[in-house]
Amino acid sequence: MIRDITIGQYYPADSLLHRLDPRVKLFTTVIYIIALFSFKGIVGLALITGFLYYVIKISKVPFRFMTRGLKAIIVLVVITSIFSLLGTPGDIVFWKWKSLQLTDAGIINAVLMTIRLVYLILGTSLMTLTTTPNQLTNGLETALAPLNKFHVPVHSIAMMMSIALRFIPILIEETDKIMKAQMARGADFENGNLIQKAKAMVPLLVPLFVSAFRRAEDLAMAMEARCYNGGEGRTKMKPLKYTQEDYNAYGIVIGFLVLVIIAANVVPFPQ
Amino acid sequence: MSIILDKVNYSYSEGTAYHVQALKDINLKIEDGEFIGIIGHTGSGKSTLIQHMNGLIKATSGGIYFHGQDIYDEDFNMKELRSRVGLVFQYPEHQLFETTIFDDVCFGPKNLGLDKKTVELRAFEALRNVGFPHELFYQPPFDLSGGQKRRVAIAGVLAMKPEVLILDEPTAGLDPAGRDEILGLISQMHKELGITIILVSHSMEDVAKYVDRIIVMNQGSVMYDGVPKDVFRQYKELEAVGLAAPQVTYLMHELQEKGLPVDVDATTVEEAKESILAAFR
Ligand SMILES: Nc1ncnc2c1ncn2[C@@H]1O[C@H](COP(=O)(O)OP(=O)(O)OP(=O)(O)O)[C@@H](O)[C@H]1O
Ligand SMILES: [Mg+2]
Repeated sequence: MIRDITIGQYYPADSLLHRLDPRVKLFTTVIYIIALFSFKGIVGLALITGFLYYVIKISKVPFRFMTRGLKAIIVLVVITSIFSLLGTPGDIVFWKWKSLQLTDAGIINAVLMTIRLVYLILGTSLMTLTTTPNQLTNGLETALAPLNKFHVPVHSIAMMMSIALRFIPILIEETDKIMKAQMARGADFENGNLIQKAKAMVPLLVPLFVSAFRRAEDLAMAMEARCYNGGEGRTKMKPLKYTQEDYNAYGIVIGFLVLVIIAANVVPFPQ
Repeated sequence: MSIILDKVNYSYSEGTAYHVQALKDINLKIEDGEFIGIIGHTGSGKSTLIQHMNGLIKATSGGIYFHGQDIYDEDFNMKELRSRVGLVFQYPEHQLFETTIFDDVCFGPKNLGLDKKTVELRAFEALRNVGFPHELFYQPPFDLSGGQKRRVAIAGVLAMKPEVLILDEPTAGLDPAGRDEILGLISQMHKELGITIILVSHSMEDVAKYVDRIIVMNQGSVMYDGVPKDVFRQYKELEAVGLAAPQVTYLMHELQEKGLPVDVDATTVEEAKESILAAFR
């Protein structure tokens, strides 16, 4: 049940995308988001769709695994597109009621908004699906290392992030376990009104917090026992190193962005 | 005829990269009043199996019948099943949440919709049944020792007065005295209250000493199902799947090899003693 949440989950496979340096993937994701929210016209859309299709294809992650992440945000997508559908003024008005109106621009807007959100989720979840949380924070830490000069505690932030990410599946598992244990004692998490449901959470949350604190304490102890003392002078077991594949990927991604920008200026239609 | 499992299959995370088939074609019949031990190597599917018996996990395929009723029927009362088939999880002390021990034990019966008086009476009885000291009833449960917490958690399930009590490694992490106490208690409840007991355990000695029937799990399937003597006679096959027979069984086999006419089927120290003494008479 709870285990079906896929956002932030890693899908083990052996593909080019899995092999790439996490910094490349972070950079690509940023570029992809920029392209997604700045493209204009049908050619730009085609370019982005092609790019997304290509990376999904080479990632070897089953598509159905990605769509599961979509299910979680479907409500959000529907609400945003309804708002842009009925709230955009335009030239051709098909229908009007008080401040709500259905216009040509509204329809285009709604379609674009839906496409953007869906692509956004697909693209970003592809990154987390092909990158282990450890690699991801490692990449972030290296990429953000220059900020150290401005007294930003990059290492501590990265460490906190990787611990937090590491604990998500553990906490999910723990929640599952405690829920089952309380259900075995007749607890009911599904039925009842809002107040009853909130009350039903107490037997779940208290043990969950107790165990989270216990785990945190154990982890802190284990880290101290191994002489962890922050980022100062700390070396890495697997330092990140670019390979030829990574440089090629940078090239492709920059080329992609340039194409999208050109397309937006040459063929900015429709819109 | 209390619980029947008919061709039960179960897979975790079906349709993903983490797909694991935890149970394969399980057919079992659990009669009223039995004392059953389930053994099997780590990851053989014991915990998964027992969670099917009170409907916490729904079989991917196959049927489960409780007193002849299909528990996957639309109108089957799952909540009632869970009160009649009590399940004590591995490390149950992690589920305690109330401000006092007594209140925590009240949680189960309260969920059954009983009135306050009955709830408290049952909690009281359950705590007494597990031999919990009265002075500690109104203490917070978090400060207790591991063994004491374990008792509270077992009482929490007992207070629902189940007909079938399933315990997943109830003695894991307890000292020998605590282990004997808990198992003694369970065996006593079996005898006095007539509760059907299903005990998951990694200790062959414990299983041999208390249960009348052993189910051996191996990689999600039932490998053996029979009385302890018959099961432990296959000790070579058991060893092959990471299990063993009780220590005395080995001793008896060695004695026999050395020429002493002892009963190699002895599985408990008591039986072994009798048989060795008889051999010298
Ligand atoms: N929540 C879960 N999600 C995915 N796989 C699981 C889950 N729980 C168990 N498994 C897998 O199912 C199989 C059976 O696990 P199960 O917990 O039933 O074993 P077990 O016999 O109880 O082991 P142990 O003696 O260690 O308690 C194992 O391969 C395990 O990895
Ligand atoms: Mg188990």
